[in-house]
Amino acid sequence: MGSPFDVAWIAAHLSDILGKLIEHIELTLLAVGIGFVIAFPVGIYCFRHRKVYPPVTWVTGILYTIPSLAFFVLLIPALGISIVNVEVALVSYTLLILIRNVVAGLEGVSEDTKDAAKGMGLTRGQILWKVEVPLALPVIVAGIRIALVTTIGLVTVSALLGYGGLGFFILDGFGNYFATPVLVGSVLSALLAVVADWGMLALERWLTPWRGGGRLQVST
Amino acid sequence: MITLDKVSKRFPGQDGFAVTDLSLQVDDGELVVLVGPSGCGKTTTMRMINRLIEPTSGRIAVDGRDVMEQDPVQLRRGIGYVIQSVGLMPHRTVGENIATVPRLVGWDERRIRERIQELVEMFALDGGLIGRYPSELSGGQRQRVGVARALAADPPVMLMDEPFAAVDPIVRERLQEQFLDIQARLRKTIVFVTHDIDEAIKLADRIAILNVGGVLEQYARPEELLRAPASDFVRDFVGPEPGLKRLSLMSVADIDVEAGPVVHPDAAADEAVAAMEPFGLDWATVLDPEGRVLGWVDRADVTGRARVGDADVKRFAAYVTSGSSLRSALDAIVSNRTQVAVVVDEQERYRGILSLEAVAKEIIT
Amino acid sequence: MQPFARAVAWILSPAHWWGPDGVLTHTAEHVEITALSVAVALAIALPAGLYVGHTRRGEKAAVWTANLGRALPAFGILGIVFPFTLSLPGFGFYPTLIAMVLLAIPPILTNTYVGVRSVEADTVEAARGMGMSEVQLLRRIELPLAAPVIVAGIRTSAVAVVATATLAAVFGWGGYGRYIFDGFYQNDTVKILVGAILVAALAVVTELVLAVAEHLVRPARGAAAAGATA
Repeated sequence: MGSPFDVAWIAAHLSDILGKLIEHIELTLLAVGIGFVIAFPVGIYCFRHRKVYPPVTWVTGILYTIPSLAFFVLLIPALGISIVNVEVALVSYTLLILIRNVVAGLEGVSEDTKDAAKGMGLTRGQILWKVEVPLALPVIVAGIRIALVTTIGLVTVSALLGYGGLGFFILDGFGNYFATPVLVGSVLSALLAVVADWGMLALERWLTPWRGGGRLQVST
Repeated sequence: MITLDKVSKRFPGQDGFAVTDLSLQVDDGELVVLVGPSGCGKTTTMRMINRLIEPTSGRIAVDGRDVMEQDPVQLRRGIGYVIQSVGLMPHRTVGENIATVPRLVGWDERRIRERIQELVEMFALDGGLIGRYPSELSGGQRQRVGVARALAADPPVMLMDEPFAAVDPIVRERLQEQFLDIQARLRKTIVFVTHDIDEAIKLADRIAILNVGGVLEQYARPEELLRAPASDFVRDFVGPEPGLKRLSLMSVADIDVEAGPVVHPDAAADEAVAAMEPFGLDWATVLDPEGRVLGWVDRADVTGRARVGDADVKRFAAYVTSGSSLRSALDAIVSNRTQVAVVVDEQERYRGILSLEAVAKEIIT
Repeated sequence: MQPFARAVAWILSPAHWWGPDGVLTHTAEHVEITALSVAVALAIALPAGLYVGHTRRGEKAAVWTANLGRALPAFGILGIVFPFTLSLPGFGFYPTLIAMVLLAIPPILTNTYVGVRSVEADTVEAARGMGMSEVQLLRRIELPLAAPVIVAGIRTSAVAVVATATLAAVFGWGGYGRYIFDGFYQNDTVKILVGAILVAALAVVTELVLAVAEHLVRPARGAAAAGATA
């Protein structure tokens, strides 16, 4: 392997790097977007029909546990090596995080607030959209934040299928025993995650002016 | 008017009744307090009125209309509702919280703004609080916003579940006073739930005492409840010193004030003694020419003086006004060395005296 | 799903269990690197987390470590560590171990710190008032109450390591990743699937075993477990 940090290589590959960065962002947003479209109604349904929740967490929990590389590979017989394969796997990972946060957010709304709202004559739908969802928003947005950061990391792995965004450079560097692309891919991917994290934190605060700052995430 | 006719409630999976065969009538403009130990079904009873809980049997009517025949959502919009924890929406400002029901029933924004302003003034809240979030308010402010919110669309009927229980005693006292003032003006029909008999006595026009299982023990004016408890349960629940509690419900204006001996500073000693004699007392109240109370002198003070004003005029330890409760009059009686309460008007002008006998007579009858 | 069935059959055939490229050999390698990484990470992160949680000193550093750990892609950690460890003996093993340890530290550190910190102040105050020393306080109150949250952190770490250790095959280290990468190079779908199935199974087993462990260390009257909130 050559010098760990070859500026000339970076200069020569700027447009490649930009292209892969954009691909990385596209793959991530697509996965989290689709994941949210699925998880939001499922989360609301689980919140209202408690019996459904344990099996849903069980299934999404298993999906979440399967290592990403294995997941991509296991989908090959069914979906071939394609962007559909990559997205199915990435979306699957977001589901547990997003559904759990939608349910936890809705659960966190105080019974008294709901009782008062009901007592004032809000309908069930009004309570959901005007009270429960807005108050669950910080937790839901926190879920999106975690899903984004997680997905940004996972996208690198899909380089093995030829769709990895910045992961392309990591794999390419390994293959050629050349450290610079590995560092470029890793560092940019980490930076992207940090930017997404901060951006979402800012969004979360902006959306919830009635609260103080965020808290530290605990993995469960 | 709210009418409960033989209302019972039994929750699924529970053996006993939460409310048993309860009949009550709350008249227009009346404040009725439901009071009793935990498990007496007082909150359940209240929540059946706006159908947050539905009765197992019996009939509940608001203004003659059976609540079970109305759409629950529409029904609730016409009934103010306040709960102990207030339940303000934490993501909405004070103004938006107050505006909840007016918006639901489609008031225009200008009318809503005016109403918010009016309520904020009525509850003596700082106008700057309108744009604040509930988490930025003190406990007392939050409770007031809760009551203001319930009054927002000017509902004729209000349900209040321990609205002042979550604040400290001093704040609670102030909130109660303010609430009584507002109620005196608005004359809403109110069902108020509490476990605190003193709060019930203080606020209620009538009190319904409920026993465990929602059994009505007595439904009466506070004064009557204290004077003639219907059962041992009521007597126990009302607690010690029912006589003193009754005195706190009556005001000085309710009983006759005795004239009492009075004298001016310029009067001679003989005149002072002559004023005392008809009352069988050995002291007299000293008044200035405008009739304001300067203090009192006894026979020994004035003996040998040219005029009353030359003697050492002593001040009374306490005065009462016609608005004071008889309980504070009694306190004044035992605090003053003359053993009477001196009644004055707002300008401290003398009105007369109250003796221990006069007050005691009220407790016994 | 012909290839899938063939992969399962391949795994179940005892002929493929032994030898340098056998299922058992690669399982042993995979478990070894996972266990070792988590153990080293635990030895570093647990005392650090307890210290920060108990004394509330260095909270900023703990938060930064946690955030960095979340932001860096597991694949990227391998990538960053790799160039700096080439000179170490045992080609493939040390880069993998170091990367896996770095990967495993943040969840354990965060959960230990948050677990200890969220023990109710009243409980701690009462224990102190009864005359417990700081060490006793940590051992008898804070550690047992934080245990479920700490084990949850270990679980997150272990599952992440099982998954990521697969990628270590890129560096020439063994484990299940061997099948996947060899399969890619040899264009052998069945072989790729064999690796994927095995690593998925190991991850699920690790998850379940540690979930049970988490349940076992839960104090009888539920200490507040950390929820899926931010």
